[in-house]
Amino acid sequence: MEAEAGEKHRIVPPRKIGEWTRAFEMGLYGIHDMNLLHSGSLPSAHYTRSLRSLDELLERDLLREKDGFPRKIRIGRLVKPGGGGKGKVILVPTTVEEKFVHDRRSGDPEEEGASGGSGEGEEGEVIGEEPLHGTEGSGTGGAGHGEGGEHEIESSAYDLGRILTEKFRLPNLEDKGKKRSLTRYTYDLTDRHRGFGQILDKKATLRKIIETNINLGRIKNKETIDPTDLIASPRDNVYRILSKEKDYESQAMVFFLRDYSGSMTGKPTEIVVSQHVLIYCWLMYQYEKQVETRFILHDTEAREVPDIHAYYNLTVAGGTRIASAYRLVNEIVEEENLVRDYNIYVFHGTDGDDWDKDGKETVPEIRKMLGYCNRFGITISEAGSISNSQSTVENYVKDSGLLEEYPKRIRMDVISGEAGEERLIEGIKRLISP
Amino acid sequence: MELIDQHTKRIMEGCKERARDAGLRFQSETLEYIVTNKDLLELGPKNMIPTLYDYWVHEVEVLKEKGRYELFPHNPYETVINTRPAISFYNDNNPDWLNVMIFYHVLGHIDFFQNNHFFSHTWDKDFAGEALSDKRLIAMLRAEKGRWVDYVIEFARGIDNLVGYYSELSERTRPGKINSSERLDFYFDHFLQGIKQVKLSDYLKEVDRYNQSLKRFGDMGESVFFSEVTKKYPEFENLFNKHKKQKKEPARDLIQYLQQNSPFLQKQENIWMKTVMEIVRKTSIYFQPQIRTKILNEGWASYWHEKLFLEDDRIRGHEVDFARVNAKVTSLPRVGINPYAIGMRLFNYIEEWAERGRFSYEFEKIKDVYQRNKYDKETGEGMKYVFRVREDFDDFMFINTFLTQDFVDQHKLFVAGRRANTRKGVWEYYVKSRKAEDYRDMVLDSLYHPPYIEIDEQKGNENLLYLNHHFEGKPLVKEFIHNTMLGIEFLWGGTVKLETTELVPEKKVDKPYALFYAPYSVQKEESDEKKYKETRVLYTMEKRKLTRTVL
Repeated sequence: MEAEAGEKHRIVPPRKIGEWTRAFEMGLYGIHDMNLLHSGSLPSAHYTRSLRSLDELLERDLLREKDGFPRKIRIGRLVKPGGGGKGKVILVPTTVEEKFVHDRRSGDPEEEGASGGSGEGEEGEVIGEEPLHGTEGSGTGGAGHGEGGEHEIESSAYDLGRILTEKFRLPNLEDKGKKRSLTRYTYDLTDRHRGFGQILDKKATLRKIIETNINLGRIKNKETIDPTDLIASPRDNVYRILSKEKDYESQAMVFFLRDYSGSMTGKPTEIVVSQHVLIYCWLMYQYEKQVETRFILHDTEAREVPDIHAYYNLTVAGGTRIASAYRLVNEIVEEENLVRDYNIYVFHGTDGDDWDKDGKETVPEIRKMLGYCNRFGITISEAGSISNSQSTVENYVKDSGLLEEYPKRIRMDVISGEAGEERLIEGIKRLISP
Repeated sequence: MELIDQHTKRIMEGCKERARDAGLRFQSETLEYIVTNKDLLELGPKNMIPTLYDYWVHEVEVLKEKGRYELFPHNPYETVINTRPAISFYNDNNPDWLNVMIFYHVLGHIDFFQNNHFFSHTWDKDFAGEALSDKRLIAMLRAEKGRWVDYVIEFARGIDNLVGYYSELSERTRPGKINSSERLDFYFDHFLQGIKQVKLSDYLKEVDRYNQSLKRFGDMGESVFFSEVTKKYPEFENLFNKHKKQKKEPARDLIQYLQQNSPFLQKQENIWMKTVMEIVRKTSIYFQPQIRTKILNEGWASYWHEKLFLEDDRIRGHEVDFARVNAKVTSLPRVGINPYAIGMRLFNYIEEWAERGRFSYEFEKIKDVYQRNKYDKETGEGMKYVFRVREDFDDFMFINTFLTQDFVDQHKLFVAGRRANTRKGVWEYYVKSRKAEDYRDMVLDSLYHPPYIEIDEQKGNENLLYLNHHFEGKPLVKEFIHNTMLGIEFLWGGTVKLETTELVPEKKVDKPYALFYAPYSVQKEESDEKKYKETRVLYTMEKRKLTRTVL
């Protein structure tokens, strides 16, 4: 029936991915003079602006607790669309102003609301489609970032890790493991020096020249700078100079595994990824940024993906075979001989469904993994599943006795239904506590 | 923030003249500011009022996902603020012709603010000035009471969407009090009828006696009349004074109710909190009409910027530039609702229909399509009609009255639906309905509408506050109940109960296998029917602990 419909009417995709979703969800009050009449760009704060006051905010939050009110500051993740379709994750403190308001969410995750529209089309006709993921607004919620955004997430992840550890009282790692970081020295043209050096840093020099000229009052209008009018002082030349750098090697390798089968659509994915981002941040802080990550997705087969963006966004509609992912981890660790150089962490998120009903394939793989890894954490997000009984994975992990056998190495956290940030952090505590 | 330069101001003044000639009415004084990105960041959370009180939450990114715009009874980032004089904000680098267009748009807003009756309570004050003094007051209190000021702001803001905006508004249209003495009212209405319960004939005799003494003694009539009364009833004066003390205005909303009746707030050391609450309440009421007239206000401004721009002789040669920007502002999107587009088209539609005399019984009687299309009485009343709509309507009335099938057909509008197709991993957007009533319902449903929550004095007492939520088809956002009630409990100083309705999922019927394998071959609506049951529940907030019981 669908194929027929597809032939009869051409389905026109929206011009930009996410455009319709945004229009659909924005509703009546999302449009205003500022974004329509004035060139369309809304002010957006850089996260550093928020972080400046973060300590103060968190202090206030602590006081709230003392005064007997619940904490209010939460750590939000903002996906900021960047150039070339790449977005980056920005972490900001967020809060919500609670009021009595109507709940407009319909109970059905598959059929959502109504909005307006105009143009051609018969009643019932599908006029366009957009991918389920990766378009969920530019607000908060999920995570995802493109290549090149690496630095951005790292610096804020470190900050978030610090916050998580200090303010949410996440445990510190008891012993950071036997592998200390190797420190060696390299020489590189990284330092800047005024006056002399190996290579002229043109950008920095130009900046310096502009600064000088501003101080001299030679630049009136910042829109139209005529470079021929600028005066350059010899002191303005900035050079790169060879210098000794400490080079740390990463101490920890984290594997993030996620079930991306059909049943994970929506909420479970969001829960798992949110939690994994938080864990990542925590490890970033614990290992002082010396953390490497690997991302693995699986349905019946496992595959490695290059970044968290793909990790978050991909979905397929296959079945579930968890053993495949664990096997892949074991293979990677063995082939690359990671045990020698790294502390290894594995975190896996799933909705608890597995075709391997009694874990015949899966449990041996887990056992193998526990032989080398520092911590293996399973998150089971039941948000998507219907039954209230224990999920398959929960069953066979419990039955296998591994939880008792290796209490320090394997942890499981079962999240049911709606989970707010507090619940997620609670879950992380469970997964990483010594 | 700096004012626009003289050159641009001159353009604005030119726009004002032309707008006035076209029939718009507004005060001549206006202020126009250039704002930077940084200014906007600070202004946004303060609803563009630079002088609004400081509150730490303004500096934090506020999550909007759940209540979305329900939480904010006003629009951030509007360009014009309704103050005296009206203030508007601009980008630094707009070309002149674009400024002309925006100025007309802005003048449309100002005209709307100053003439629409839903704004009448804002007509006689300068909110920016008032806000400034409030801001200073709060800063002063903060120096004294520290973070407790912020708790009070927080808790008052938690209920600031339940403000009695309409009762405040209706107060203004009520006829003024008849100039009669309270003593007289008490004597005839309460004392004789209620306390003494005199016979009707005696009552009439007293009325007669009063009229007589008025006639004989003129201005002194009343005091002469009462000198007799006190002789007859020595207890009268006492009772009257007691009555005067007890009598108070009924509270218009929850905030006011707390101010008047909360045992906690009556304590000497807590009286300052009432001031803070009043500031929050006042601010919210000030912004209420703004969100209730979004479509109307934006439609009106767009209607005028288009009309006036094209007639403006100063911008010849920029018609194409204008058309591009104007299309971005006022085109109907393929999916989504654009209040500018809908509002402007409705005004055009109304003008045309009034011009042709179609808002009439005579026209309604005609069934023949050809005759209907031809119908034109050339009344010349179109403009007048449009101006009346801008004065007397709000969004609900506007949509409910004028969004007809003719309008929907004319602009090919439809209700768009969205459903997940998990097999293909996509959202599917489809044409759900082209019926005017469905479209109307969809728009009306997305309008701002705070929940209807009443104070039930019968079920409460002086230590228990009982709130009753009248269910209107949508439950409350559950996650917010705890903290909101915590705030009310703090301000009330005792137990708070909230009776509300929740949708409890009914036991799921297992889908037959046929459905399981081809979920989309079956009409969704049918299988989705009656999945939830409305259940009345009672939340109790006691000693900062929330409990829930099913009634």
